Amino acid sequence: MSEVRYTKEHEWVRVEGSEATIGITKYAAEQLGDVVFVELPENGRKVGAGGEAAVVESVKAASEVYAPVSGEVTASNAALSDDPAKVNADPEGDGWFFKVKLSDAGEVAKLMTREQYDEFVKGL
Amino acid sequence: MADTTETLLKTPLHALHVELGAKMVPFAGYDMPVQYPAGILKEHLHAREKAGLFDVSHMGQAFLKGADPAKALERVTPADVVGLKPGMQRYGLLLNDEGTIKDDFMFSKLEGEADMYIVVNAGTKDGDYAYIAQRLDGAAKVTTRFDRALLALQGPMAGAVLERLSPGIDKLTFMKVVRADIAGAPAIVSRSGYTGEDGFEISLEGKDGERVARALLAESEVLPIGLGARDSLRLEAGLCLYGHDIDESVNPAEANLMWSVAKRRRTDRDFPGAGKFLDAAPAKKRVGILPLGKAPAREHTPIADKSGRVIGEITSGGFGPSLNGPVAMGYVESAFAADGTEIDLIVRGKPMPARVAPMPFVAHRYRRAS
Repeated sequence: MSEVRYTKEHEWVRVEGSEATIGITKYAAEQLGDVVFVELPENGRKVGAGGEAAVVESVKAASEVYAPVSGEVTASNAALSDDPAKVNADPEGDGWFFKVKLSDAGEVAKLMTREQYDEFVKGL
Repeated sequence: MADTTETLLKTPLHALHVELGAKMVPFAGYDMPVQYPAGILKEHLHAREKAGLFDVSHMGQAFLKGADPAKALERVTPADVVGLKPGMQRYGLLLNDEGTIKDDFMFSKLEGEADMYIVVNAGTKDGDYAYIAQRLDGAAKVTTRFDRALLALQGPMAGAVLERLSPGIDKLTFMKVVRADIAGAPAIVSRSGYTGEDGFEISLEGKDGERVARALLAESEVLPIGLGARDSLRLEAGLCLYGHDIDESVNPAEANLMWSVAKRRRTDRDFPGAGKFLDAAPAKKRVGILPLGKAPAREHTPIADKSGRVIGEITSGGFGPSLNGPVAMGYVESAFAADGTEIDLIVRGKPMPARVAPMPFVAHRYRRAS
Protein backbone atom coordinates (compact mmCIF):
# COMPACT_ATOMS: atom_id res chain seq x y z
CA MET A 1 0.00 0.00 0.00
CA SER A 2 1.33 3.40 -0.87
CA GLU A 3 0.23 6.65 0.64
CA VAL A 4 0.56 10.05 -1.08
CA ARG A 5 0.82 13.29 0.86
CA TYR A 6 1.31 16.92 -0.18
CA THR A 7 3.01 20.12 1.03
CA LYS A 8 2.09 23.78 0.89
CA GLU A 9 5.13 24.23 -1.37
CA HIS A 10 3.40 21.91 -3.86
CA GLU A 11 5.56 18.82 -3.52
CA TRP A 12 4.02 15.35 -3.35
CA VAL A 13 5.54 12.39 -1.54
CA ARG A 14 4.55 8.78 -2.15
CA VAL A 15 5.51 6.50 0.75
CA GLU A 16 6.03 2.77 0.24
CA GLY A 17 7.43 1.10 3.34
CA SER A 18 10.54 3.04 4.35
CA GLU A 19 11.02 4.60 0.89
CA ALA A 20 9.49 7.87 -0.29
CA THR A 21 9.28 9.18 -3.88
CA ILE A 22 9.09 12.96 -4.27
CA GLY A 23 7.97 15.25 -7.05
CA ILE A 24 6.02 18.44 -7.71
CA THR A 25 2.26 18.60 -8.13
CA LYS A 26 0.32 19.16 -11.33
CA TYR A 27 -0.65 22.57 -9.98
CA ALA A 28 3.02 23.49 -9.47
CA ALA A 29 3.97 22.27 -12.95
CA GLU A 30 1.19 24.35 -14.49
CA GLN A 31 2.24 27.42 -12.55
CA LEU A 32 5.87 27.00 -13.63
CA GLY A 33 5.10 26.51 -17.29
CA ASP A 34 7.52 24.70 -19.58
CA VAL A 35 10.24 23.06 -17.47
CA VAL A 36 13.63 23.30 -19.18
CA PHE A 37 16.08 22.16 -16.49
CA VAL A 38 16.04 20.10 -13.31
CA GLU A 39 18.88 19.80 -10.78
CA LEU A 40 18.56 16.67 -8.65
CA PRO A 41 20.29 15.64 -5.41
CA GLU A 42 23.03 13.04 -5.57
CA ASN A 43 22.60 9.62 -3.93
CA GLY A 44 23.62 9.53 -0.31
CA ARG A 45 22.80 13.16 0.36
CA LYS A 46 20.87 13.70 3.56
CA VAL A 47 17.89 16.01 3.23
CA GLY A 48 15.83 17.49 6.06
CA ALA A 49 12.08 18.05 5.98
CA GLY A 50 11.46 21.49 4.47
CA GLY A 51 15.08 21.82 3.30
CA GLU A 52 16.19 22.56 -0.25
CA ALA A 53 16.68 19.35 -2.18
CA ALA A 54 16.32 20.06 -5.92
CA VAL A 55 15.85 22.90 -8.38
CA VAL A 56 13.32 23.14 -11.19
CA GLU A 57 13.67 25.79 -13.88
CA SER A 58 11.16 27.06 -16.40
CA VAL A 59 12.01 29.40 -19.26
CA LYS A 60 11.29 32.31 -16.92
CA ALA A 61 12.67 31.36 -13.52
CA ALA A 62 14.35 28.90 -11.16
CA SER A 63 12.42 27.47 -8.19
CA GLU A 64 13.56 25.40 -5.23
CA VAL A 65 12.06 21.99 -4.56
CA TYR A 66 11.96 21.17 -0.84
CA ALA A 67 12.14 17.74 0.72
CA PRO A 68 8.74 17.06 2.32
CA VAL A 69 10.35 14.51 4.64
CA SER A 70 13.80 13.85 6.10
CA GLY A 71 15.97 11.05 4.82
CA GLU A 72 18.84 9.92 2.66
CA VAL A 73 18.58 10.19 -1.11
CA THR A 74 18.58 6.73 -2.72
CA ALA A 75 17.73 7.59 -6.34
CA SER A 76 16.99 10.48 -8.66
CA ASN A 77 15.12 10.53 -11.95
CA ALA A 78 17.95 10.72 -14.49
CA ALA A 79 15.44 10.80 -17.36
CA LEU A 80 14.60 14.41 -16.40
CA SER A 81 18.09 15.56 -17.38
CA ASP A 82 17.48 14.68 -21.02
CA ASP A 83 13.77 15.36 -21.03
CA PRO A 84 12.77 17.91 -18.39
CA ALA A 85 9.41 18.33 -20.19
CA LYS A 86 8.36 15.08 -18.46
CA VAL A 87 7.69 17.25 -15.42
CA ASN A 88 4.93 19.02 -17.36
CA ALA A 89 3.67 15.90 -19.13
CA ASP A 90 3.30 13.71 -16.03
CA PRO A 91 4.25 15.63 -12.89
CA GLU A 92 2.77 13.14 -10.44
CA GLY A 93 4.05 10.05 -12.28
CA ASP A 94 7.01 9.80 -14.73
CA GLY A 95 8.06 13.31 -13.75
CA TRP A 96 9.13 12.29 -10.21
CA PHE A 97 12.32 13.94 -8.89
CA PHE A 98 14.03 11.75 -6.28
CA LYS A 99 13.58 9.03 -3.67
CA VAL A 100 14.66 9.00 -0.04
CA LYS A 101 14.96 6.39 2.67
CA LEU A 102 12.82 7.86 5.45
CA SER A 103 14.61 8.74 8.67
CA ASP A 104 11.41 9.67 10.53
CA ALA A 105 8.26 7.99 9.23
CA GLY A 106 6.25 10.11 11.67
CA GLU A 107 6.79 13.20 9.50
CA VAL A 108 4.51 11.84 6.79
CA ALA A 109 1.33 12.12 8.83
CA LYS A 110 1.94 15.85 9.32
CA LEU A 111 1.59 16.49 5.59
CA MET A 112 -1.64 17.21 3.75
CA THR A 113 -3.88 14.51 2.32
CA ARG A 114 -5.09 14.88 -1.27
CA GLU A 115 -8.37 16.35 -0.07
CA GLN A 116 -6.61 18.83 2.16
CA TYR A 117 -4.21 19.80 -0.63
CA ASP A 118 -7.00 20.29 -3.18
CA GLU A 119 -8.79 22.48 -0.66
CA PHE A 120 -5.54 24.43 -0.08
CA VAL A 121 -5.04 25.01 -3.83
CA LYS A 122 -8.64 26.17 -4.22
CA GLY A 123 -7.93 28.91 -1.69
CA LEU A 124 -4.89 30.26 -3.59
CA MET B 1 -1.71 42.18 -3.08
CA ALA B 2 -5.26 42.59 -4.37
CA ASP B 3 -5.22 46.36 -4.69
CA THR B 4 -2.03 46.45 -6.79
CA THR B 5 -3.82 44.77 -9.70
CA GLU B 6 -6.64 47.30 -9.45
CA THR B 7 -4.27 50.18 -10.08
CA LEU B 8 -2.53 48.53 -13.05
CA LEU B 9 -2.99 50.19 -16.42
CA LYS B 10 -4.55 48.32 -19.31
CA THR B 11 -3.56 48.44 -22.96
CA PRO B 12 -6.26 48.68 -25.66
CA LEU B 13 -5.82 44.89 -26.14
CA HIS B 14 -6.35 43.95 -22.49
CA ALA B 15 -9.79 42.35 -22.93
CA LEU B 16 -8.50 40.37 -25.89
CA HIS B 17 -5.59 38.95 -23.84
CA VAL B 18 -8.00 37.81 -21.15
CA GLU B 19 -10.34 36.31 -23.76
CA LEU B 20 -7.41 34.41 -25.28
CA GLY B 21 -6.64 32.86 -21.89
CA ALA B 22 -3.41 34.73 -21.22
CA LYS B 23 -1.70 34.55 -17.86
CA MET B 24 -1.57 38.21 -16.87
CA VAL B 25 1.23 39.74 -14.79
CA PRO B 26 2.14 43.27 -13.70
CA PHE B 27 4.82 44.75 -15.95
CA ALA B 28 5.93 48.40 -15.97
CA GLY B 29 2.65 49.41 -14.35
CA TYR B 30 0.50 47.52 -16.86
CA ASP B 31 -1.43 44.27 -16.58
CA MET B 32 0.28 42.34 -19.39
CA PRO B 33 0.18 38.81 -20.86
CA VAL B 34 3.31 36.84 -19.89
CA GLN B 35 2.09 33.82 -21.85
CA TYR B 36 -0.95 32.39 -23.56
CA PRO B 37 -2.19 28.79 -23.27
CA ALA B 38 0.41 27.58 -25.83
CA GLY B 39 3.19 28.41 -23.33
CA ILE B 40 6.50 30.24 -23.67
CA LEU B 41 8.39 27.44 -25.49
CA LYS B 42 5.79 26.99 -28.23
CA GLU B 43 5.23 30.73 -28.55
CA HIS B 44 8.96 31.36 -28.93
CA LEU B 45 9.44 28.65 -31.56
CA HIS B 46 6.32 29.74 -33.42
CA ALA B 47 7.63 33.30 -33.77
CA ARG B 48 10.88 31.93 -35.23
CA GLU B 49 9.04 29.57 -37.62
CA LYS B 50 5.89 31.45 -38.64
CA ALA B 51 4.59 34.70 -37.18
CA GLY B 52 3.78 35.98 -33.72
CA LEU B 53 1.68 38.94 -32.58
CA PHE B 54 2.91 40.93 -29.57
CA ASP B 55 1.07 43.69 -27.73
CA VAL B 56 3.67 46.35 -26.98
CA SER B 57 1.14 49.14 -26.42
CA HIS B 58 2.65 49.73 -22.97
CA MET B 59 5.71 51.27 -24.61
CA GLY B 60 5.95 55.05 -24.73
CA GLN B 61 4.91 56.49 -28.06
CA ALA B 62 5.24 60.22 -28.70
CA PHE B 63 5.64 62.83 -31.41
CA LEU B 64 8.22 65.56 -31.34
CA LYS B 65 7.07 68.82 -32.91
CA GLY B 66 9.11 71.91 -33.62
CA ALA B 67 11.04 73.92 -36.19
CA ASP B 68 13.79 71.28 -36.31
CA PRO B 69 12.87 68.35 -34.05
CA ALA B 70 15.78 66.23 -35.31
CA LYS B 71 18.34 68.83 -34.31
CA ALA B 72 16.58 69.27 -30.97
CA LEU B 73 16.60 65.54 -30.26
CA GLU B 74 20.38 65.45 -30.71
CA ARG B 75 20.61 67.32 -27.40
CA VAL B 76 19.83 64.11 -25.54
CA THR B 77 21.16 61.32 -27.78
CA PRO B 78 24.50 60.58 -29.47
CA ALA B 79 22.71 59.11 -32.49
CA ASP B 80 22.72 60.77 -35.90
CA VAL B 81 19.15 62.11 -35.90
CA VAL B 82 19.69 64.98 -38.34
CA GLY B 83 21.10 62.63 -40.99
CA LEU B 84 18.23 60.16 -40.82
CA LYS B 85 16.46 60.06 -44.18
CA PRO B 86 12.67 60.57 -44.35
CA GLY B 87 10.88 57.24 -44.30
CA MET B 88 13.48 55.66 -42.01
CA GLN B 89 13.68 54.57 -38.40
CA ARG B 90 16.80 54.34 -36.20
CA TYR B 91 17.91 53.12 -32.75
CA GLY B 92 19.28 55.60 -30.24
CA LEU B 93 20.39 55.91 -26.63
CA LEU B 94 19.13 58.55 -24.24
CA LEU B 95 22.12 59.68 -22.16
CA ASN B 96 22.47 61.64 -18.93
CA ASP B 97 25.29 64.02 -18.01
CA GLU B 98 27.39 61.13 -16.72
CA GLY B 99 27.26 59.61 -20.19
CA THR B 100 25.32 56.64 -18.83
CA ILE B 101 22.15 55.23 -20.34
CA LYS B 102 18.77 56.66 -19.30
CA ASP B 103 17.02 54.55 -21.92
CA ASP B 104 17.19 53.19 -25.44
CA PHE B 105 14.58 54.16 -28.00
CA MET B 106 13.54 54.20 -31.65
CA PHE B 107 13.02 57.39 -33.63
CA SER B 108 11.47 57.82 -37.06
CA LYS B 109 11.03 60.42 -39.74
CA LEU B 110 7.86 59.95 -41.72
CA GLU B 111 7.93 60.93 -45.38
CA GLY B 112 6.58 64.47 -45.87
CA GLU B 113 6.05 65.11 -42.14
CA ALA B 114 7.90 67.54 -39.94
CA ASP B 115 7.21 65.77 -36.64
CA MET B 116 9.39 62.91 -35.46
CA TYR B 117 7.84 59.71 -34.10
CA ILE B 118 9.51 58.21 -31.03
CA VAL B 119 9.06 55.01 -29.02
CA VAL B 120 10.73 54.59 -25.62
CA ASN B 121 10.54 51.79 -23.05
CA ALA B 122 7.41 51.29 -20.96
CA GLY B 123 8.97 51.45 -17.51
CA THR B 124 10.88 54.65 -18.22
CA LYS B 125 8.47 56.57 -20.42
CA ASP B 126 7.31 59.23 -17.95
CA GLY B 127 10.84 60.02 -16.83
CA ASP B 128 12.19 59.95 -20.39
CA TYR B 129 9.74 62.46 -21.78
CA ALA B 130 10.10 64.76 -18.77
CA TYR B 131 13.89 64.66 -19.29
CA ILE B 132 13.59 65.24 -23.04
CA ALA B 133 11.21 68.17 -22.53
CA GLN B 134 13.52 69.71 -19.96
CA ARG B 135 16.65 69.33 -22.11
CA LEU B 136 14.97 70.48 -25.30
CA ASP B 137 13.80 73.56 -23.42
CA GLY B 138 11.14 74.51 -25.96
CA ALA B 139 13.28 73.81 -29.05
CA ALA B 140 10.79 71.06 -29.80
CA LYS B 141 7.69 69.92 -27.98
CA VAL B 142 6.89 66.37 -26.89
CA THR B 143 3.34 65.14 -27.40
CA THR B 144 2.99 61.77 -25.70
CA ARG B 145 0.49 59.34 -27.19
CA PHE B 146 0.31 56.65 -24.53
CA ASP B 147 -3.29 56.14 -25.65
CA ARG B 148 -2.17 54.62 -28.94
CA ALA B 149 -1.83 50.88 -29.51
CA LEU B 150 1.44 49.32 -30.67
CA LEU B 151 1.50 45.82 -32.12
CA ALA B 152 4.54 43.85 -33.24
CA LEU B 153 4.14 41.16 -35.88
CA GLN B 154 7.36 39.13 -35.94
CA GLY B 155 8.58 36.07 -37.80
CA PRO B 156 9.50 34.82 -41.26
CA MET B 157 5.86 34.83 -42.41
CA ALA B 158 5.08 38.32 -41.07
CA GLY B 159 5.56 39.91 -44.49
CA ALA B 160 3.18 37.54 -46.27
CA VAL B 161 0.57 37.95 -43.52
CA LEU B 162 0.65 41.74 -43.41
CA GLU B 163 0.59 41.96 -47.20
CA ARG B 164 -2.90 40.39 -47.11
CA LEU B 165 -4.14 43.12 -44.76
CA SER B 166 -2.28 45.94 -46.46
CA PRO B 167 -1.35 45.27 -50.10
CA GLY B 168 2.09 46.67 -50.94
CA ILE B 169 3.39 46.74 -47.36
CA ASP B 170 5.75 43.79 -47.92
CA LYS B 171 7.89 46.05 -50.13
CA LEU B 172 9.18 47.83 -47.02
CA THR B 173 12.70 46.84 -46.07
CA PHE B 174 14.39 46.79 -42.65
CA MET B 175 14.07 50.05 -40.69
CA LYS B 176 11.77 51.70 -43.20
CA VAL B 177 8.63 53.36 -41.87
CA VAL B 178 5.43 54.49 -43.60
CA ARG B 179 1.87 55.48 -42.91
CA ALA B 180 -0.44 52.79 -44.24
CA ASP B 181 -3.88 51.36 -43.65
CA ILE B 182 -3.90 47.97 -41.93
CA ALA B 183 -7.25 46.23 -42.30
CA GLY B 184 -8.68 49.68 -42.99
CA ALA B 185 -7.20 51.34 -39.91
CA PRO B 186 -4.70 54.21 -40.26
CA ALA B 187 -1.31 53.09 -38.94
CA ILE B 188 2.37 53.92 -38.73
CA VAL B 189 4.17 50.78 -39.87
CA SER B 190 7.90 50.12 -39.53
CA ARG B 191 9.80 47.05 -40.69
CA SER B 192 11.49 46.39 -37.39
CA GLY B 193 11.06 44.65 -34.07
CA TYR B 194 12.90 43.15 -31.15
CA THR B 195 13.09 39.42 -31.79
CA GLY B 196 15.88 39.17 -34.36
CA GLU B 197 13.29 38.07 -36.90
CA ASP B 198 11.87 39.92 -39.86
CA GLY B 199 8.69 41.74 -38.93
CA PHE B 200 6.76 44.92 -38.35
CA GLU B 201 5.74 47.29 -35.62
CA ILE B 202 2.29 48.77 -36.15
CA SER B 203 1.17 51.90 -34.31
CA LEU B 204 -2.58 52.48 -34.28
CA GLU B 205 -5.23 54.65 -32.73
CA GLY B 206 -6.15 52.95 -29.45
CA LYS B 207 -9.69 52.29 -30.67
CA ASP B 208 -8.39 50.33 -33.68
CA GLY B 209 -5.92 48.18 -31.73
CA GLU B 210 -8.14 45.28 -30.83
CA ARG B 211 -9.81 45.05 -34.24
CA VAL B 212 -6.47 44.98 -36.09
CA ALA B 213 -5.08 42.46 -33.59
CA ARG B 214 -8.07 40.21 -34.22
CA ALA B 215 -7.62 40.55 -37.98
CA LEU B 216 -3.96 39.50 -37.64
CA LEU B 217 -4.79 36.60 -35.30
CA ALA B 218 -7.38 35.39 -37.84
CA GLU B 219 -4.50 34.64 -40.25
CA SER B 220 -3.51 30.98 -39.91
CA GLU B 221 0.22 31.67 -39.43
CA VAL B 222 -0.25 34.00 -36.46
CA LEU B 223 -0.24 33.13 -32.74
CA PRO B 224 -0.34 35.63 -29.88
CA ILE B 225 3.00 35.81 -28.03
CA GLY B 226 3.47 36.99 -24.45
CA LEU B 227 6.22 38.83 -22.63
CA GLY B 228 7.91 35.57 -21.62
CA ALA B 229 8.74 34.58 -25.19
CA ARG B 230 9.45 38.20 -26.11
CA ASP B 231 12.23 38.07 -23.50
CA SER B 232 13.71 34.76 -24.67
CA LEU B 233 13.53 35.86 -28.32
CA ARG B 234 15.34 39.15 -27.73
CA LEU B 235 17.96 37.44 -25.54
CA GLU B 236 18.79 34.91 -28.28
CA ALA B 237 18.98 37.87 -30.67
CA GLY B 238 21.54 39.53 -28.37
CA LEU B 239 19.33 42.59 -27.83
CA CYS B 240 19.47 44.58 -24.58
CA LEU B 241 16.58 44.83 -22.16
CA TYR B 242 16.56 48.22 -20.46
CA GLY B 243 16.74 47.98 -16.67
CA HIS B 244 18.65 44.72 -16.95
CA ASP B 245 21.41 44.81 -19.58
CA ILE B 246 21.62 48.59 -19.74
CA ASP B 247 20.76 51.28 -17.20
CA GLU B 248 22.25 54.39 -15.62
CA SER B 249 25.21 52.42 -14.28
CA VAL B 250 26.72 51.82 -17.74
CA ASN B 251 27.81 53.96 -20.68
CA PRO B 252 27.59 53.10 -24.41
CA ALA B 253 31.19 51.84 -24.55
CA GLU B 254 30.67 49.44 -21.65
CA ALA B 255 27.32 48.34 -23.10
CA ASN B 256 28.95 47.55 -26.46
CA LEU B 257 26.54 49.96 -28.15
CA MET B 258 29.08 52.36 -29.67
CA TRP B 259 27.64 51.55 -33.10
CA SER B 260 24.73 53.78 -32.07
CA VAL B 261 27.07 56.73 -31.31
CA ALA B 262 27.45 58.44 -34.70
CA LYS B 263 30.88 59.47 -36.03
CA ARG B 264 29.87 63.11 -36.44
CA ARG B 265 28.64 63.17 -32.85
CA ARG B 266 31.91 61.70 -31.55
CA THR B 267 33.76 64.50 -33.29
CA ASP B 268 31.38 67.26 -32.19
CA ARG B 269 30.94 65.88 -28.63
CA ASP B 270 27.65 67.73 -28.40
CA PHE B 271 25.61 65.28 -26.33
CA PRO B 272 25.27 64.66 -22.57
CA GLY B 273 28.25 62.97 -20.96
CA ALA B 274 30.36 62.85 -24.15
CA GLY B 275 33.53 63.54 -22.17
CA LYS B 276 32.84 60.64 -19.83
CA PHE B 277 33.34 57.70 -22.16
CA LEU B 278 34.77 58.77 -25.52
CA ASP B 279 38.38 58.94 -24.33
CA ALA B 280 38.72 56.21 -21.73
CA ALA B 281 38.80 52.49 -22.53
CA PRO B 282 35.85 50.81 -20.79
CA ALA B 283 36.70 48.93 -17.59
CA LYS B 284 33.95 46.39 -18.26
CA LYS B 285 32.06 45.23 -21.31
CA ARG B 286 28.74 43.62 -22.11
CA VAL B 287 29.29 40.22 -23.71
CA GLY B 288 27.33 37.16 -24.76
CA ILE B 289 27.78 34.10 -22.54
CA LEU B 290 27.07 30.46 -23.32
CA PRO B 291 27.02 28.11 -20.32
CA LEU B 292 28.67 24.81 -21.34
CA GLY B 293 26.27 22.66 -19.29
CA LYS B 294 22.51 22.60 -19.23
CA ALA B 295 21.82 24.77 -16.19
CA PRO B 296 20.54 28.27 -16.97
CA ALA B 297 22.34 31.14 -15.20
CA ARG B 298 19.90 33.88 -14.24
CA GLU B 299 20.24 37.64 -13.83
CA HIS B 300 22.70 38.62 -11.02
CA THR B 301 24.62 35.32 -11.26
CA PRO B 302 28.26 36.17 -10.42
CA ILE B 303 30.83 35.57 -13.17
CA ALA B 304 34.29 34.37 -12.06
CA ASP B 305 37.59 33.77 -13.81
CA LYS B 306 39.12 30.30 -13.65
CA SER B 307 40.90 31.18 -10.39
CA GLY B 308 37.57 31.96 -8.76
CA ARG B 309 37.87 35.75 -8.69
CA VAL B 310 34.58 37.49 -9.47
CA ILE B 311 34.95 39.48 -12.72
CA GLY B 312 31.34 40.40 -13.47
CA GLU B 313 27.69 39.55 -13.36
CA ILE B 314 24.96 38.12 -15.60
CA THR B 315 22.36 40.75 -16.54
CA SER B 316 20.01 38.52 -18.59
CA GLY B 317 20.05 34.76 -18.55
CA GLY B 318 17.77 31.86 -19.13
CA PHE B 319 16.88 29.14 -21.54
CA GLY B 320 16.99 29.73 -25.28
CA PRO B 321 14.28 27.61 -26.89
CA SER B 322 15.77 27.91 -30.40
CA LEU B 323 19.22 26.96 -29.10
CA ASN B 324 17.63 24.33 -26.86
CA GLY B 325 20.03 25.33 -24.12
CA PRO B 326 21.00 28.04 -21.68
CA VAL B 327 21.99 31.47 -22.92
CA ALA B 328 23.01 34.68 -21.17
CA MET B 329 24.56 38.10 -21.42
CA GLY B 330 26.38 40.11 -18.82
CA TYR B 331 29.29 42.35 -17.99
CA VAL B 332 32.88 41.21 -17.48
CA GLU B 333 36.12 43.10 -16.87
CA SER B 334 37.38 44.12 -20.31
CA ALA B 335 40.36 41.73 -20.16
CA PHE B 336 37.86 38.84 -20.22
CA ALA B 337 35.61 40.17 -23.00
CA ALA B 338 37.20 38.35 -25.96
CA ASP B 339 35.08 35.67 -27.65
CA GLY B 340 36.03 32.22 -26.43
CA THR B 341 37.29 33.34 -23.01
CA GLU B 342 36.61 30.58 -20.50
CA ILE B 343 34.78 31.69 -17.37
CA ASP B 344 32.73 30.21 -14.55
CA LEU B 345 29.20 31.17 -13.58
CA ILE B 346 28.53 30.79 -9.86
CA VAL B 347 25.12 29.11 -9.82
CA ARG B 348 23.80 28.18 -6.37
CA GLY B 349 27.31 28.47 -4.99
CA LYS B 350 28.93 26.16 -7.54
CA PRO B 351 31.11 27.18 -10.51
CA MET B 352 29.54 26.21 -13.83
CA PRO B 353 31.86 26.43 -16.85
CA ALA B 354 30.86 28.89 -19.56
CA ARG B 355 32.37 30.78 -22.47
CA VAL B 356 32.22 34.32 -23.76
CA ALA B 357 30.44 34.01 -27.10
CA PRO B 358 29.59 36.30 -30.02
CA MET B 359 26.05 37.67 -30.27
CA PRO B 360 23.51 37.26 -31.68
CA PHE B 361 23.16 33.63 -30.57
CA VAL B 362 20.49 33.12 -33.24
CA ALA B 363 21.25 34.88 -36.54
CA HIS B 364 19.18 37.98 -37.30
CA ARG B 365 16.89 37.50 -40.26
CA TYR B 366 15.96 41.09 -41.04
CA ARG B 367 14.63 41.96 -44.50
CA ARG B 368 17.51 44.22 -45.47
CA ALA B 369 17.42 46.32 -48.64
CA SER B 370 19.70 44.55 -51.13
